[in-house]
Amino acid sequence: MSSASPALHPLDPQPAGAPTDMAVHLRDVRRVFSGREVLGGIDLSIPPGEFVALLGHSGTGKTTILRILSGLDRADAGTVQVPTARSVVFQEPRLVPAKRVWQNVVIGHDQNRPARETAIAALREVGLGQHVDAWPKTLSGGEAQRVALARALAVEPDLLLLDEPFASLDALTRMRMHDLVAQLWERHHPAVVLVTHDVDEAIVLADRIIVLNAGRITLDVRVNLSKPRLRTDARFGTLRQRLLDELGVISQPARHD
Amino acid sequence: MTDALATLAEGASVARSRAPAGGRISRSPQLQDLSPGEARSTRWRQASPWQRRATRLLVPVLILAAWQFVSEAGLVSTYVLPPPTAILAAFHELIVTGELQSAIVTSSARALSGLVIGGSLGLALGLFAGLWKLGDDVFDGPMQMLRMVPSIALIPLFIVWFGINETAKIALIITATAFPIYLNTYAGVRGIDNKLIEAGIIFGLDHKKLARRIILPTALPSILVGLRYSAGSSLLALVAAEQINARSGIGYILTIANQNQRVDIIIAGIIVYALLGLALAAFMTFVERLFLPWRTDIVLG
Repeated sequence: MSSASPALHPLDPQPAGAPTDMAVHLRDVRRVFSGREVLGGIDLSIPPGEFVALLGHSGTGKTTILRILSGLDRADAGTVQVPTARSVVFQEPRLVPAKRVWQNVVIGHDQNRPARETAIAALREVGLGQHVDAWPKTLSGGEAQRVALARALAVEPDLLLLDEPFASLDALTRMRMHDLVAQLWERHHPAVVLVTHDVDEAIVLADRIIVLNAGRITLDVRVNLSKPRLRTDARFGTLRQRLLDELGVISQPARHD
Repeated sequence: MTDALATLAEGASVARSRAPAGGRISRSPQLQDLSPGEARSTRWRQASPWQRRATRLLVPVLILAAWQFVSEAGLVSTYVLPPPTAILAAFHELIVTGELQSAIVTSSARALSGLVIGGSLGLALGLFAGLWKLGDDVFDGPMQMLRMVPSIALIPLFIVWFGINETAKIALIITATAFPIYLNTYAGVRGIDNKLIEAGIIFGLDHKKLARRIILPTALPSILVGLRYSAGSSLLALVAAEQINARSGIGYILTIANQNQRVDIIIAGIIVYALLGLALAAFMTFVERLFLPWRTDIVLG
């Protein structure tokens, strides 16, 4: 579905001769909020099917990049090109409480019989085939977040944006969600941008990790570890340490949990 | 149970006697018994539903009995406060003559037609002001000012404008019912979490679909609360409106009874108003169950 070059959708006033074989193409993107520069010239290209994690402290512009990629926010300057077919999983599920689970999954489709089939297929993929007709309020936090994931997959995105989608889940549910996301990515292979605070999460899931500091990319590394990536692997620990150093976290021995 | 407690308490005192060795003095804690036991069981919680229902009836029945006694014993003149049996007799009289039935139909029709027109008006304006900036700018200010006018204060004005016939009565009910539903619709639409709207935009909903699939269903509980208030207001306005030259309806029965000094019929009429209110409340509960099956506090089946 998505390793072919996706239809690009310019989100900026000044079109530029961008390479069209990229799923995401950002060139010198700037964003200013009330006089404060949040993004100070971001250059970022992501090929189709690549899984990228954006790491950084709060307020470094991670979420701003994600909102610009999603189209919910506009850059003040620069080139922004993203696929037309893109979807987001937010930190909260953001389901409509008055709509049944399946209707939430296909909220953007015409809500007819084929849409219901699409919804059921997507819900099965995230292991919620038995909750098709449930109301969102009856779901646990992890289940609701899986519905949000099914909703994001149902549009068959070329670019999947994950905005700290596991941050409010308990540790065990979060690990199961990591496995699920990894599986779904293997199967559908969209380009993914995952915004996270969690260094381990980034290493477990991503092909490439980008560290943001004060609105600029300060590190862009490839994760050359075979999957599944074990935290007990020495190279895992080395990469982890490097990322923590980059983030300015005082050195500590890697946790083996 | 008490044994276990005693052991626990001993343990605590042992800990205290040992404590100085560790350099800190720990006080043995005062224990509270939270274990299930006979002393703590409140017997009333285990009462059967029938016992509880009977208890609920206790106070009303006592009041009725006292009322009857006060009248029978001649403590209060039956002219001022006729006994419950006399009220029942008045009901019987009104039903046999057919007055009550036709009065209920007439009065309900007034309240309902006012509620339907006023409610639709309030709903439409609430949606317009809630969904569109233009509607907000045009209507919200005037609506917020007008709602401060007590609708009953409009009676003299409406009599001048519409005369003393049905029009004035319905107009009064319309003004009383439009505001509660307007305010709640507006608040419900405006109160929707912007995060839901963002999610809708991400998944390709245009404005029309955002309104239909996200905003209206999510605002519906608030709109129905407004409808509940409006239904209540329609009855209040009905009572006030039926004081204007009523020639039919419950207000008419009350007026005639007033002229004839029939306190029993006056009380019967007041009770009918109360029963209409109860019926409306029950109907609203039914409507809420029907339209809000997703609310966890309303569980069907």
